[in-house]
Amino acid sequence: MSDIKELTKLIKSLEDQLVVCMRCGMCQSVCPLFEQTGREADVARGKLALLDGLMQEMFEDPEGVYARLNKCLLCGSCAANCPSGVSVLEIFMKARVILTGFMGLSPAKKLILRGMLARPDLFDTLAEWGARFQNIFTRPVNNVVGTSCARVVSPLIKDRHFKNLAEKPFHKIQPSLDTQPGKSGIRAGFYVGCLLDKIFPHIAQAVVDVLNYHQVGIYMPEKQACCGIPAVSSGDMQTFNKLLFHNLECFSPDKFDYLVTACATCTSTIKEVWPMMADREHKNLIKKISDKTMDINDFLVSVIKVNPENQAPEKNRIPITYHDPCHLKKSLKVAAQPRALIKANSRYELKEMLDSDWCCGMGGSFNLQYYDISSKIGNRKRDNIVSTGCKTVATGCPACMLQISDMLSKNRDQIAVRHPIEIYLESLKL
Amino acid sequence: MINQALIKEFQNITGKDNVLTQKADLLTYSYDAAVVEPVLPGLVVRPVNSESLGRVVKLCCENNLPLTVRGAGTNLSGGTVPIVQGVVVLTNGLNKIIEINEQDMYAVVQPGVVTAKFAAAVEAKGLFYPPDPGSQAVSTLGGNVAENAGGLRGLKYGVTSDYVMGIQFFDTQGEIVKSGSKTVKCATGYNLTGLMIGSEGTLGVFDEIILKLIPFPAHRKAMMAVFDEMSKASETVAAIIASRIIPATLEFMDNFTIRAVEDYSRAGLPTDAAALLLIEVDGHPVQVEEDAQKVEQICNKMGARSVRVAKDDAERDKVWAARRSALSALAKLKPTLVLEDATVPRSRIPEMVQAMQDIAKQYNLSIGTFGHAGDGNLHPTILTDKRNKEEWERVEAAIDAIFDKALAMGGTLSGEHGTGIAKSRFLEKETSRATIVYSKQIKKALDPRNILNPGKIIGG
Repeated sequence: MSDIKELTKLIKSLEDQLVVCMRCGMCQSVCPLFEQTGREADVARGKLALLDGLMQEMFEDPEGVYARLNKCLLCGSCAANCPSGVSVLEIFMKARVILTGFMGLSPAKKLILRGMLARPDLFDTLAEWGARFQNIFTRPVNNVVGTSCARVVSPLIKDRHFKNLAEKPFHKIQPSLDTQPGKSGIRAGFYVGCLLDKIFPHIAQAVVDVLNYHQVGIYMPEKQACCGIPAVSSGDMQTFNKLLFHNLECFSPDKFDYLVTACATCTSTIKEVWPMMADREHKNLIKKISDKTMDINDFLVSVIKVNPENQAPEKNRIPITYHDPCHLKKSLKVAAQPRALIKANSRYELKEMLDSDWCCGMGGSFNLQYYDISSKIGNRKRDNIVSTGCKTVATGCPACMLQISDMLSKNRDQIAVRHPIEIYLESLKL
Repeated sequence: MINQALIKEFQNITGKDNVLTQKADLLTYSYDAAVVEPVLPGLVVRPVNSESLGRVVKLCCENNLPLTVRGAGTNLSGGTVPIVQGVVVLTNGLNKIIEINEQDMYAVVQPGVVTAKFAAAVEAKGLFYPPDPGSQAVSTLGGNVAENAGGLRGLKYGVTSDYVMGIQFFDTQGEIVKSGSKTVKCATGYNLTGLMIGSEGTLGVFDEIILKLIPFPAHRKAMMAVFDEMSKASETVAAIIASRIIPATLEFMDNFTIRAVEDYSRAGLPTDAAALLLIEVDGHPVQVEEDAQKVEQICNKMGARSVRVAKDDAERDKVWAARRSALSALAKLKPTLVLEDATVPRSRIPEMVQAMQDIAKQYNLSIGTFGHAGDGNLHPTILTDKRNKEEWERVEAAIDAIFDKALAMGGTLSGEHGTGIAKSRFLEKETSRATIVYSKQIKKALDPRNILNPGKIIGG
């Protein structure tokens, strides 16, 4: 077994991080997956023990470890709650890369990641075709949530209620921007991200409108690529690097003071995963970019100093609730800022839901692979949203928006799912 | 041996999904939170109702399969590390709070209920379940009873055993045994409840537990006393108790721990202090105010540099957040952390605190000491890296020394973590040869085939 020796050597490179886990098990209390299954292999402690087992070579089943390692939302709840400060996400992603290198990428993932995602032009074209033909295969189901479902039974879509692709992606509406700052004196790079571009162009537009309102100069280059999170979390470094290098060419750090995104996942990827996975050659460049990267809510509150205290609340305010995306709250510690933006709109009244920072169950490709569990976690979120009595839920992550829309729509709830930036923009137009 | 036919039988009882046979799954049940060698079980079974739990026990017995019950696996003495090729029985599928009776102030629970969830459910009804082990966010009540878990409130409110009114469990044949009652008084039959508490899964498998509840304290007051000399702090602990005041919590932190916590959480602790005492009194508002004043006076009289009384809930929370982060703060310093819980009569706390310092020096180890000074239960926490063999030998020698010291003062090996496999070889030091023989006779009588968590407490 020379291969296993090689694998052991690679896993050993994670040893210093793996030994930090003292097996206390505190991760169990916050893991959304463990709550559903009660299985130790689903929680961080179990997965770390499995990787440790591979390392010790006491164990001859790398496939088994790989399968269990991949069954994870990568929400980072465990890391945020870990007494020993184990770098769980870094270990998991690096281990996924190592094990994928050993096991090979599955044909389906190869097709999606290398065949489509890695080629931004082709990805755009495919999405446009999709948008053109989607009405043939789908039909609208919930006007308030704005979701559709498949007309015919499809193994890929199952009974999901999803947001359709936008008729016109954002890069067709606004291919690029390069404006000078007004009195703010600040220039922001705008990283749009796939979901905003292809499904939620109106949110991307809202970002542009808000930045314009505050006289922030915008640098938004053409042909932006995906941030690479689907690739790296599938262990596909080849695609990840390709996307990363593409984006590095687009976003030269001397072009902007801050790089903003309205996607929690993109922000945390650029800020945390890019430096984590960077090779030596690009380390400095990536650090410059990631240091400047900021979630849009955070940017508006911390840099532009949007202050809700300035607003006198109106009578008969509309109740709204807010879901904390894991990538914002647990990775980037951004929780007060989106709430501040919502409060800045005097028409709304923020009503907190129970466990607003409990994962919605999306987890990117987790939703594709484990739709049943993903839905169970999502329905817990749905119940907490419904219990507030609010007719609007806001959240700062387009992936969470998709998941929450699916859950609400399937339960026939008449609740709109919106981004805090939309709520804030409304207040500016009053 | 566990063969296909037997696996099938387990599957018939609990459903296919609740029987784990693949090695990768088995490996994740080979350890608990104790620093001991992992052992790979042969099978993991997760019953989701009482009936199937009983049938699983019976099947294990009929096939001579050693059986280790596991809740959350937060055990700190290796009590849930299984036996080679044994069966791990998970209780986290048995997680119903069957009844919370407000009128008679008791609750009936299944063993897999998570401690903190239970405490919250009880509190929502204005009642109080005081035992609060450090792992309460994940630990299960079954595990708490099996290990006789303690917590921060032990001084005034006691430990888990003080709240178990009755228990229903499966014997080694899978037959139901009942003991105790929902009444405050119960003198019926042998006190099997007492026998089961702290038995670490070696005498029976818990099915239902009746727990005592008390009224939620009406008022609380917390304070922090800062000391320039370790001896003054530990003498203050003795003085408070001697003055006949029983705080709900009386926690100690040495300088090493204070600095670690401050580095970690920037809580604003005085890093130059030799020791801190964190104290809370609770009960009737008038009594609380009076006690708090007295405690403050005693601290000052005993030479505290300063005493800060929390003005409101936010300040109170700050005091306890600092204490709760002690373990995290220490855990971040070194890869391996050995958390001991040797306990002494509380009047001997000053001596014990001094002994810890001497032992750290003698064995050239980093030891942070914090813990429940009020009940004599300190947690000397040795920071090390298990991969460093030479240092690990010194750690083991230091643990021996800590135990010897505690026993010499009339103390005990374990205040709240249990014996498990980590401390079973020291048991005779605290008790006697005859105690071990007597215990083995009980075990043999109740579990003649030795299938219930063999190897724990009294060894093989």
